[in-house]
Amino acid sequence: MEIKEKENAPTNIVGKPLNRVDGPAKVTGAARYSAEVPLAGTVYGVLKTSAIAKGRIKSIDTSRAEKEPGVLHIFTYQNLPKPAKTPQQVEKWRAAQSYLPMQDDRVQYAGEPVVLVVADTLERATQAAELVQVSYQAELPIDSYLDPKAELFDPQTIQSGKQPGHTERGNPQAAYAGAPVKLDATYVHAINHHNPMEPAATLAVWEGNDRLTVYETTQNITGSQTALLDVLGLPRDQVRVVTHYLGGGFGCKGSVWPHTLITALAARAVGRPLKVVLTRKQMFTGVGHREDQEQNLKLGATTDGKLLALVHTKKATTSPWDNYTESNSKVINMLYACPSFGATYELARANVMTSVWMRAPGEAPGSFALESSMDDLAHQLNIDPLEIRLRNYADHDYSNDKPWSSKSLKQCYARGAELFGWDKRNPTPGQTRRGRLLVGHGMGTATYPVHSAQGTARVRLFADGHAVVQSGATDLGTGTYTVMTQVSADALGLPPDKIRFELGDTRLPTAPGSGGSQAAGTVASAIMEAAQDVWAKVVKMAVADKKSPLYKAKPADVKVELGRMFLAKKPAKGETLVAALARSGQTDIEGSASGKYGAGYEKQYFEAADSDDKKGGNPNQEKPGEKQGQGHSMHSFGAHFCEVEVDPELGTIRVTRWVGVHGVGTVLNLKTATSQLMGGAIFGIGSALMEETFRDPTYARYTNSDLASYHVPVNADIPDMTIEFVPETDPYINALGVKGIGEIGIVGVAAAVANAVFNATGRRMRSLPMTPDKMLEALRLPA
Amino acid sequence: MPASNAPAPLNPDGSRRTFMKQAGGILGLALAPPFISQAERLTALSKKLEGVSTINLNVNGTLRSIRAEPRVTLLDALREYLDLTGSKKGCDHGQCGACTVLVDGRRVNSCLTLAVMSQGKEITTIEGLAKGDELHPMQAAFLKHDGFQCGYCTPGQIMSAVACVNEGHAGSEAEVREWMSGNICRCSAYPNITAAILDAKGQMGKG
Repeated sequence: MEIKEKENAPTNIVGKPLNRVDGPAKVTGAARYSAEVPLAGTVYGVLKTSAIAKGRIKSIDTSRAEKEPGVLHIFTYQNLPKPAKTPQQVEKWRAAQSYLPMQDDRVQYAGEPVVLVVADTLERATQAAELVQVSYQAELPIDSYLDPKAELFDPQTIQSGKQPGHTERGNPQAAYAGAPVKLDATYVHAINHHNPMEPAATLAVWEGNDRLTVYETTQNITGSQTALLDVLGLPRDQVRVVTHYLGGGFGCKGSVWPHTLITALAARAVGRPLKVVLTRKQMFTGVGHREDQEQNLKLGATTDGKLLALVHTKKATTSPWDNYTESNSKVINMLYACPSFGATYELARANVMTSVWMRAPGEAPGSFALESSMDDLAHQLNIDPLEIRLRNYADHDYSNDKPWSSKSLKQCYARGAELFGWDKRNPTPGQTRRGRLLVGHGMGTATYPVHSAQGTARVRLFADGHAVVQSGATDLGTGTYTVMTQVSADALGLPPDKIRFELGDTRLPTAPGSGGSQAAGTVASAIMEAAQDVWAKVVKMAVADKKSPLYKAKPADVKVELGRMFLAKKPAKGETLVAALARSGQTDIEGSASGKYGAGYEKQYFEAADSDDKKGGNPNQEKPGEKQGQGHSMHSFGAHFCEVEVDPELGTIRVTRWVGVHGVGTVLNLKTATSQLMGGAIFGIGSALMEETFRDPTYARYTNSDLASYHVPVNADIPDMTIEFVPETDPYINALGVKGIGEIGIVGVAAAVANAVFNATGRRMRSLPMTPDKMLEALRLPA
Repeated sequence: MPASNAPAPLNPDGSRRTFMKQAGGILGLALAPPFISQAERLTALSKKLEGVSTINLNVNGTLRSIRAEPRVTLLDALREYLDLTGSKKGCDHGQCGACTVLVDGRRVNSCLTLAVMSQGKEITTIEGLAKGDELHPMQAAFLKHDGFQCGYCTPGQIMSAVACVNEGHAGSEAEVREWMSGNICRCSAYPNITAAILDAKGQMGKG
C-alpha cells in the first residue's frame, strides 16, 4: 500500500466554508459550557479575595457567616485540606503561577483567594462570603516595575526557563554605534486582561475519596489533569478533566490557576459536586494578564534603509515568585534581514499575580515596537513603508540561519496593498482630511512561529457509513469541532454529517492544548494518520475477500482517496472502504495514530523519506535543512493595512478600514479561518486603542476591574474588514500543510494602527493604548 | 401554585435598579424617627419579601414554578433553577449583554432583573426562539454568516438582534452597529454579526 501525503491530501471538503458543526447547538442555547453541566446535588462555592496586596491575615471571623441559612462549609488557610504537593514542589508541570494561596496567613497580591464559602445556593454563598470578616496586617506593596521601591533584575531566563533572557547575534552594539542612521525609541504597553466572555469555572465531582472529575474551563485538558493529579496525589487515570465547550480563552485558560486547585481540594471535603465560577471582577486577579511593560528599541540602518542592527531591551513587572515575561525579542530577531541583534530583559517583582501568555505572547507587543520603528525609519528616509520592508526582506531566518519552510509574505504585501489601495496613500503626514477629521493609512507585518507538538487521535469507521473520530483537543471557539470533522470526512470519504468528532475529555486520546496556534496542525495530522491506519486495515481485508474487486491485489498497489480504495494503475477497479467493511460482517474498524506538527514532523517524515526515495514528496527538491542539517524555520506571515480617522479636537481615533492578508499554509475552513483572523485583528485594535487595566500605585489593586471600565471593542468600534489568504503549500510542517492561525491575526496590528495615526497626524504614538488624552497631548506638542 | 396567586410585579420595568430604590424607601421608613407609628412601620416592612417563596415564571410560553429567595436574579433563576443555561452570565453587572432575554418583547439584561419581579410577564430565552427543529431566521443567519466563534455571547447577541430588528433599529449597517453595542463579543465577530442581522431582517419580515 502506497501512501503519499500530497497525493492523498484531501481536496473535497477541507478548505470549504462549511458552517460550524457546533453552530446549531450554540445558536439555540443547547451547548453546555463547563459551569452548566447539570449534576444532582451541586453546591455553590464563592471565593472571598484579599482586600490588601501584601501582608498577613490577622484573623478570620466566620461566626456570622456560619449562621446564614444554607451554608455548608467555610474554608480558610486554616482548614482547607492540604495538597499532596504545591505547585512549587512539582517539576512535571509548570503552573503559570507557582504560588498557591490559602496555604498560610500570607497575602501576596490583591485579589488572591482567602476564603471559600460553600452553600446550597449561589445567593447564600455570596451573602455568607460578604459576612466573613477578615482582618489584615497590611504592608506597603510594590505595584509595578515603575514603583520606586521596585528593583529591576536580570532574570537570565524567562517564561519559566523556557526562553533565554539574553540573545546576541553579530555585534549589535558596535553595529548600532557605527550605523549612519540611528533610531532610539521606547514603547509602552499597558496591562491587558484577556476577558473571555465565559468566566473561569470549575465544577469538581468526587467519586469516593480517590476519583475526581472536573468540568473545567480550560484550553488544555491534559495540562489541567496533570496539575490536579500532582496536587491531589492521584494517578492519572483517577483524574478526569472535561471541557466540551469553552467560551473563549485567549491564553488565560491555558494554565491551571489557584481557584481550580482550591475547588478540587475543597470538593473532597464537601462530598458533593462543587461549582465555583469566578466573578468578572475576580477574572482580573484570577487568571493572569498581559504584563505592564516597556521596550526600548535601537535601530541602526544604512541611508538607503537597510538594517544594520537591532538592540532590544524590555522592562516588565513580574510576580514575587515567577520570572514570567513575554518573549518580545523573538519576533524582532527573526522578521528582517538584520545582521546584528541583541536582546536583554529586566524584570521587577511586584505584588501582583504571575502574568501569563495572552494571544501572541511576545509577538504582539514585540511587533508593536519593531513595526513602529520600521515605519519611523521609512519616514525619516522618505521611503515608502512597504518598500522599506521589501528592502529588508529576510530570504531565510536570520535568527537561526535556517531556510524558511515556506514564506508568502511578499504575496501578502502585494495583495494587501492592492486590496487596500496603498498606492493612493499620501506619504506626507497630516495632509489628508475628511471633513474636520484627519485621515491616515498605515501597515504592519504579522508573523507567528510553528511550534513543535504531538497529539493522538482515534478513528472508528462503522459499516453503516458513519464514523466517530476522537481526540482530547479543545475548541475555544476557534473551530476545532468543525475543521476536524472536515478532515475526517475527506480522510474517510464520508459526508460531514456522517462524522461525529469528539473532543474535550481526558478519556479520549491525548492531544496538545489549544495554545500557541498548534492544535489544528497537530490534531488534523493525527486524524489523517489514524484514518490511514483504518485504510490499511480495510485494504488488507479487501485483498483477502473474494467478493472484492481488489481480491488478490497487492496492498502496495492499492491507493485510497476520499474513502475509495482502488488499483493505482487501474483506478476504475476498486470500492469504498465502507462497502468492504459492510461485507466483512464487522460492525466497525478502528485506527489510531499520533500526529506531529512542526520540527518533529519534519524530522520524522523526511528521515523516512531518506530511507525510501519513492516516498520523498519534497517539492523543493531539497533535503530538509540542507544548509545546516537542522531543518527549517517555520512561520506564518501576513500583512495588515489600516485606515484611521483622528478627531483633532477630541483626540479620538477610529479604525475605518482594515485589510489583512495572510499566508498560513492549508486553510482548513475558509469561513472559520476568516473569522479567526478577523477576530485577532479586532483583539489587536482593542489593545491599540482602548484596553488598559490600572493598578493603583499605592495599594497595588486594580481600579477598573469590570467590563464597563476595562474597554474592549464593541460593534460600533469596528468597521467592515477584508481578510484574505494567499495560497501556500508547506510540505515540512505536518501531514496536511496546516499552519496555526490563532495568534498571527493580532501580530503587527497595534503598529499598523499607530502607523496610520502617524500618517494622519504626524505624531508617533508609542504608548498603548492610544487613548484620546494621549492623542490630544501629542497634538498639542509640535509634530 | 396557580398563576393568579402570583404577587403582582412591583413595577413595570422590573429592573434591579428600581427594586433597590423601593427597597431603599422601605429601609428609610424602617429607620425613620418614631413619629411613624409602630403599625405603619410594620406594614411597610411586611412588604419586604424574605426567605424562600414560590416564583412563577412564564418562560417560552410555559409556566414554570421555582422555590427561591426574592434576591435571585432572572438570569440565575433561568440557569440555576430552571436548567435553561442558554442565557449566559458574562459579567453579572449588565455590562456585557450575554444574559439578554426578551421580557414582554423588550430586550433586558436578565442579570439586572429579579426573577420575582418578572412574574406575570412573557419571558423569551434563546431556547424559545426556534420552532422545533426550524431555526429562527436570526439563528440561521448567525450560523450562515459565522456571527460567533466561542458562542458564549451568542444567545445574548441573537436575542438582542431579534429585538433590534423589531424595534426598527436595523435600518443600516451603522445603525445595527450602534444598537448592538451593548452586547460584547470578545472573539470579535462583529462584522459577521452585523451582516447576519441585516440578512435576517429580510427573512423576519417575510416570516
